Amino acid sequence: MDFKFTDEQTMVFETAAAFLAEASDSAAVRSAMVAANGYQPGDWQRLCEEMYWQAILIPEAHDGLGLGFVEIAGILEKMGERLYCGPFIASAVVATSALAAAGSDQQQASCFPRLLAGQTAALAYLGRSDLWDSGAVTATLVADGDNWRLNGDYQLVAHAAGSDFLLLAAKRPNGELAIAIVETDSAGVTITGHPTMDQTRPLATVTAVDVTVTAGQLLNSGGCCAQLVDDLADIGAISLAADQVGGSQQSLTAAVDYTQERVQFGRTIASFQAIKHKAADMMLKVEAGRSALYYAACVAELWRQSSAAPGQLAEAAAMAKSYCSDAYYFVSGTAVQLFGGVGITAEYDIQLYFKRAKSTESYLGSGNYHRERLAEQLLGPASPADQEAL
Amino acid sequence: MNLAQNRADELFRSEVASWLEQNLSGEFAQLRHRGGPGDEHSFVEERKAWEQCMAAGGWTCIGWPEQHGGRGASIEQQVIFNEEYARAGGPGRIGHIGETLMGPTLIAYGSAEQQARYLPGIREGREFWCQGYSEPSAGSDLGNVKTRAEQAAESGEWRINGQKVWTSWATESNYCFVVARTQPGSVGHKGLGFFMVALDQPGVTVKPIEQLTGSSEFNEVFFDDAVCADSDLVGGPEQGWQVAMALLGFERGVSTLGQQMLFQNELDEVIALAKSNGSYRDVTIRQRIATAHTGLRIMRYNSMRMLAGGEDGSLSKEAMIYKLYWSSWHRNLGNLAMDVMGAQAQLLAGDGYQLSRLQGLFLYSRADTIYGGTNQIQRNLIAERALGMPREPRG
Repeated sequence: MDFKFTDEQTMVFETAAAFLAEASDSAAVRSAMVAANGYQPGDWQRLCEEMYWQAILIPEAHDGLGLGFVEIAGILEKMGERLYCGPFIASAVVATSALAAAGSDQQQASCFPRLLAGQTAALAYLGRSDLWDSGAVTATLVADGDNWRLNGDYQLVAHAAGSDFLLLAAKRPNGELAIAIVETDSAGVTITGHPTMDQTRPLATVTAVDVTVTAGQLLNSGGCCAQLVDDLADIGAISLAADQVGGSQQSLTAAVDYTQERVQFGRTIASFQAIKHKAADMMLKVEAGRSALYYAACVAELWRQSSAAPGQLAEAAAMAKSYCSDAYYFVSGTAVQLFGGVGITAEYDIQLYFKRAKSTESYLGSGNYHRERLAEQLLGPASPADQEAL
Repeated sequence: MNLAQNRADELFRSEVASWLEQNLSGEFAQLRHRGGPGDEHSFVEERKAWEQCMAAGGWTCIGWPEQHGGRGASIEQQVIFNEEYARAGGPGRIGHIGETLMGPTLIAYGSAEQQARYLPGIREGREFWCQGYSEPSAGSDLGNVKTRAEQAAESGEWRINGQKVWTSWATESNYCFVVARTQPGSVGHKGLGFFMVALDQPGVTVKPIEQLTGSSEFNEVFFDDAVCADSDLVGGPEQGWQVAMALLGFERGVSTLGQQMLFQNELDEVIALAKSNGSYRDVTIRQRIATAHTGLRIMRYNSMRMLAGGEDGSLSKEAMIYKLYWSSWHRNLGNLAMDVMGAQAQLLAGDGYQLSRLQGLFLYSRADTIYGGTNQIQRNLIAERALGMPREPRG
C-alpha cells in the first residue's frame, strides 16, 4: 500500500489549483450561480479545451487520457476548494464511467467523441429520494414491437439541465434494470431545472413519457444494470466526498486567515485559545476526511480496472461519504462562526461553502444513511425479521 | 497511490504469520492476548522470555537499519508485522519503549559507543527501558522540568536529583531516559540534558501508582543522588530538549502502528457482543459502531499518509492530528463498549477488582487523552505549528 502521489499526479493537481483559482474564482462562481443551467457553458468549454479533464476517464483508444480515480479525486478536491459549478462529476465522472464500464464499442465510439468535444451527459435513476441505489429506480421500460417504451420521473438529477444526452435507468417487467442512452431532445423527455438553496449545484427533474428506446441505446448489451447503478451511486458518493474534502480545506484556510487579521481586545482573535481549539478540531476532520477519500479513490480505481473485491467499493464509498459529509458540515459551520457577523453576509464566500456542505451532505446519502449501510455489513440487518429471512 | 501489496510484502506477511504461529505455542501459548492495558502485570517474566524468543528469531527491532542489527524493514513491512502480531494475539511488548523510542533516538543522536553499548540489549530483549519526562510540576509543561543533573568536576560523573512521574514500566525496566536540568537557574527548553540512567542503583526508588483500573502501569521514580556516567549523556549537556522532541516524533510515528490492530481486536469484540446480546438492533448503537469502524480505518490511512513522509522522526503537519485522533477514537470506543454491554457492564467476573478487557478499556482509555500531551495541548500544537496561529503566552 502506497499513500503517496506520483510526481506526475502532484503536477496535475498543482496545475488544477492554478487554473481553478482563476477560472473558478468568486466572481465566476457567483456568475455561474445565476446562469441558466447553473453554470456558464463558455466556462465548461474552456475547461474542456485548456485542461482536457473531460477526457480523464476516457480510454486512450478513444483519444481520452486514460487516467484514473486518483487523478479524479485530486482534481475534485481542487474544484471543491473553489466551489466549481460545472457538470464535471455528473458528466466526466459518473456518466463517463457508465459508458466506459458498460457501453458497447459502437456506443463508446459515438458518445466519447461528443464528450471530448465538450458535450455533457447525466445519469438519472432516482424515482424516490430515500434510497440512493438501484432500489430507487421507479421508471419502467416495456417492449413495443422491436423497440422499447420508457416512462417515469427522475428526481434530483444533478446537472441534467443543459446536458446533451441522458443515461436513464428503468425497470423491465421482469424486474431487471436497464440503462438507456437517450438524447435530451428526444420526444417525450422534459427536463425542469429547480432553484436550489445551494446555488452552486443545480438539480432538475427529468420526466420521460413514452420515450422510444431502441436496443442499440441500451447499455450492457441490454443486460441487467442494477449492480452498475449501485456502483455508479458509490462512484458519485466518492466524487462528492472529494469535493467535500476540498471545500472543508478551503473553509478552514479562509477561517484561519480571517482570524489572523481580525483584531478584538487589542489582539488578533486567532490568539485566543477558544478559537485555536476550534481550528484544530477543524483540521483534524479535514485531514481524516482526506485519508478516507484517498483510500476510497484507490478503491474506485480498482473498481475501474474490474479488480475491486465484492463489497469493497460500497464500503469505501460509505466510509468516505459519511465521514466527509459530516466533516464538511462541521468545518464550514464552524468557519461561519469564526467569521462572526460577516460570516452570515452574502458578500463573504464562506456562506457558499456552508450551503454546499449541506447540499452535498444529503445528496447521494447522508452520514446516517451510509453508516447504516456499514452497519448492515458489520452487524446484519437491524430488524429480527430481516435476520430470519437471511 | 495504490492499495496493492507487492509480492515481497505478501511473502513477508506469510513469513511473519507462520513464525508467530510456530512460536506462540508451548510455554508461550498462554501469553496470547495478555499484557495489554489493564493487564500489564500478567506474565512479566514470561513476556521477557518471549522478547528474547522474538529476538532469536530476528523479530525485534525490525525497522532498525541493518548495521544496527535490524532488518531495515520498510514502513509497509513494519505495518504488516504489527498487524500479524496483533492478529496472532501477541502479548503486550515489554520491549516496546526501547525498540521504538530509545533505539531510534540513539541511532539518530547517540555516539558510536552509546549505540554499541545499548542497542544490542534492546534488540536481544535483555534490557528494558522507560521514559522519564513528566514531573509533578512538569506535566503538559514539559519545559518546567526541575530534576537536576550536576557534574562532578574530577570524575565527569553526573548526579541526578528530583522526581519523575507517570513513568510506564519503571518496575520492569533496567534503564530510564531522563530529561534533567544541567544548567542551574535555566528555564524552559534551555539548559536540559538527556541522560540514560540505570534504575538498579541505590539512588533510585520506584513507587507504583494504583490507577482507576486497579492496576499500575504508571510509577513515580525518585532520584536521590542517582549516578549517571558522562558517557551516558545523549547529545550535549544542553541538547536534551532537541533529543527529547525528536523522540516524541518517533513516539507519534512508527511506534503507534502496533496499537491499531489491538484497537481492531477490541472493536471486533464490541461488534461480536452487540450481535450476541441484541443491541445490534438499536439504531444509535448501529450508527456508533459504523462510526467506530470508519474511524479506525481512517486512523490506518492517516498513519499510512503520515509515514509516507519520512523516517527521520520529523513530523509533517498532518501528522500532528495523530495523537488527538487516536486518543479520542479510543476513548469513544470504551464508552461504546459500555453502552453495548448495558447494565451488565457493572458485573465483575472475579472476587477482586478484576476487569474484563472491555471494562478495562472503558477506564484505561480515559488516560489516552491525557498522557503524551493532553488533547488540549494537542490542539494548541495543531493550531500553532500546523495552522500557524499565535503561540500561547508563557509565564
